[in-house]
Amino acid sequence: MRGSRKLSLAIFQQPVLLFFILSLIILFAHIVACTAFAQTSSMQQPVVEQNYQPRSYQGQLEPDDGQWIRPAKDFASTRYSSLDQINAGNAKDLKPAFTFSTGMTRGHEAAPLVVDNTMYIVTPFPNNLYALDLTKPGAPMKWVYEPVPTPASQGVACCDIVNRGAAYDNGKIYYNTLDNQTVAVDAKTGQEVWKTRVGDINKGESMTMAPLVVKGKVLVGNSGGEFGVRGWLTALDAKTGKIAWRAYTAGPDKDVLIGSRFRPFYPQDRGQDLGVKSWPPDAWKIGGGGVWGWISYDPQLNLIYYGTANPGPWDAEARPGDNKFTSGIFARDPDTGEAIWFYQFSPHDLYDYDAVNENILLDLPIRGQTRRVLVHPDRNGYVYVIDRTSGEVLSASVFAPITTSRGVDLKTGELQYVDEKKPITGKVVQGLCPTAPGAKDWQPSAFSPRTGLIYIPHNHLCMDEEDLTPNYIAGTPYVGANVRMYDAPGGYGGEFTAWDPVEGKVVWTIPDHFPVWSGALATAGDVVFYGTLDGWFKAVDAHSGKLLWQFKTGSGIIGQPTTYKGPDGKQYVAILSGVGGWAGAIVAGGLDARDESAALGFAGVMKDLPKYTNKGGMLYVFALP
Amino acid sequence: MYSPCLKFVAGFLLLVSAVGADAQTRELRVCADPDNIPFSSRDQTGFENRIAALVAHDLDARLIFIWQRMGRGFVRAYLDNGQCDLLVGIPQNYRPVLSTRPYYRSTYVFVARPAEPAISSLDSSTLHDLKIGVQVVEEEYTPPGEALARRGLQAAIVGFDTTGDGADSIVRAVADHKVDLAIVWGPLAGYFATKAGQQLRITPVEPEVDPSGLPFTFAISMGVRKGNLALRDQLEKILSQRAPDIRAILDEYGVPQLPLATPRDSDGVAN
Repeated sequence: MRGSRKLSLAIFQQPVLLFFILSLIILFAHIVACTAFAQTSSMQQPVVEQNYQPRSYQGQLEPDDGQWIRPAKDFASTRYSSLDQINAGNAKDLKPAFTFSTGMTRGHEAAPLVVDNTMYIVTPFPNNLYALDLTKPGAPMKWVYEPVPTPASQGVACCDIVNRGAAYDNGKIYYNTLDNQTVAVDAKTGQEVWKTRVGDINKGESMTMAPLVVKGKVLVGNSGGEFGVRGWLTALDAKTGKIAWRAYTAGPDKDVLIGSRFRPFYPQDRGQDLGVKSWPPDAWKIGGGGVWGWISYDPQLNLIYYGTANPGPWDAEARPGDNKFTSGIFARDPDTGEAIWFYQFSPHDLYDYDAVNENILLDLPIRGQTRRVLVHPDRNGYVYVIDRTSGEVLSASVFAPITTSRGVDLKTGELQYVDEKKPITGKVVQGLCPTAPGAKDWQPSAFSPRTGLIYIPHNHLCMDEEDLTPNYIAGTPYVGANVRMYDAPGGYGGEFTAWDPVEGKVVWTIPDHFPVWSGALATAGDVVFYGTLDGWFKAVDAHSGKLLWQFKTGSGIIGQPTTYKGPDGKQYVAILSGVGGWAGAIVAGGLDARDESAALGFAGVMKDLPKYTNKGGMLYVFALP
Repeated sequence: MYSPCLKFVAGFLLLVSAVGADAQTRELRVCADPDNIPFSSRDQTGFENRIAALVAHDLDARLIFIWQRMGRGFVRAYLDNGQCDLLVGIPQNYRPVLSTRPYYRSTYVFVARPAEPAISSLDSSTLHDLKIGVQVVEEEYTPPGEALARRGLQAAIVGFDTTGDGADSIVRAVADHKVDLAIVWGPLAGYFATKAGQQLRITPVEPEVDPSGLPFTFAISMGVRKGNLALRDQLEKILSQRAPDIRAILDEYGVPQLPLATPRDSDGVAN
């Protein structure tokens, strides 16, 4: 700085040069002004990390017994297995070991669980639970449990009639049925231990999420943000199925379980009954904010973490205010349900940015200090690193193209929306990124302590709102904006990205024609697994992203890969194939009347998917020969 | 002397031709909601069931109802997949289908207790002091709800679900003083207002189109699979010939009806 000032003083003594310099300054100022202007309507893109050096993880992970007892593997939700028989050198030799047809044609999003040499899989509606005996050749069926949910619940589910899986604890398998029942099934016999109805389809509620069992409590949440429900998280006694507590997302503090222990980091989240006051009168009663995603647990802090869905109705003008506590994250005490802190990723959500995505609990070096954080890739396009003791946002970095916001103010924690991209009835807004399914939807990431990277399956889409077009539901006409989604710049709809959570940068990324709608799995063999909507199950090198092996399954993949040590001591990798979900619904059939008219509009980017794959649920398990 | 024989022959021929005709009788497969009165019901007492029967009669077709809740996804699941051929009442130019010329036009209406001052406009200043029921269709407010929100009246809105068992709850809420006023799609309002146990006043919403472009009136057509021009043309002919009969059915159910635009104008969107 000092050196350059001296230089300028010398230059200023020569008039011609001075004129030249002044012209340059004016030109430069002009360019800066133009760029600044352009940026308000331009696109934020992720930063690619040059000279990435693997940074092995210094924190502790849960001990690994080679089983897979809950969808996210451990309480920290790493989806990392310490099994290393399958490695970057031999993954090319992977072969199918056995398969199992579920006989169902809707989207298969569940994670195959493995406990005591038995594999458990939950199907989409009608939500059958199969137990397969891994000790016998071909893993024959041990038993099937059929909860027989009411068919009417199919009409209530938002985006295909999926189920994201079960959780094992203390001899029982727990999961949710589409018609709002949480069931406990004896893991050995397949006998129902208890069944509790926790929601009501007549109120538009359904259940698709996988429970988490913490300290004898089964934690479950509802879906149905698109149907005017009131979102909640409920804890059931694991032994009896009795409801222990229920925490609503919106409403008075006593319903949200906000009390004296509630200490949000940012002032905008503090105050009495914000779950009522940040809404028009009574609007919180149908305000959405379901809990249909992932829950993580930190045993040391004794806190659970989960995100809340978008507020309803979609028409944001009808609900002025921040609409707390939707599109944000809660930390709660699992024993009592009491809220400890809350942070809102997308206050007064305008774009269907649910905040239900996974929270990976890690201890990371941040600006020279080890911080207990959670890493959360949000639908709004940022990977957040948040201090999980306090709720302070430490960083928010772009991982997919964003035009709807300018960034996150780390001082105030506020998302900075771009005014000209705000949807207003009757006004056509174009070039919105991310789209309604977000930069990333439910599809969960994995973390490898060996590379220090998070592997994020995600979308790469933008959308335009077009003219108003007539629509109707059951005889009642209305108009909706016609939404058209399309690939973000680059001409592809999805990516599988290796992400450095410390630097907030992309290390490598693998583009895919379609959104990558499957979960990710990381292993100690430095092999990372994921699947694509056109049915490829892939193994890539955890360091470089190099494709090591791929297998074409019978249908598109939207499931969660898991791995386990079989009774023969071999490492196996399991995945459910069976296209569907919001993205694949166009194939799974019966789909969205509103694809072409209202805000769902996913069909535009998916319309060629039927050329690539067909429906049908099948379990695939792979191993080395 | 010949007559019994002739009679027999004639009868035999008639029988044969009837059987033959029956074997060839076309089917008209109509997608219909099993539980959505006044539109449609499994016991075929909805006005759309009655209109379907009339059309099937004129087409000389056997009427088959395919019962399906008309929530999201049903057009692709049923009409596009060929499980049914016809949707009886859809807004004109509804994109997923090929629509006929509209056969009636209705409007969102104010439903009020007769003792209260009359309100016909969304711009009425008295709206500020009222609790106003509006319908919520899945995640969206119906157009009057959005129009109220645009006028800063979010606080006045009380949302009501419109389908299934609770379809009449918004009208009952007016009668029961739970809200001061409701804005309801005409066919629902007209039908349930007669069943509310007390007289309710029904007034079309003004203006017909909100300055933002939101329409409050909708022309209703029949819908067939895209590309099925033959059926569309036959339906249009029948709808035109039977216009008085259809009007009579709609009147019977209390459906508020506005004049249809001339055919030339009716190609516009929504109304």
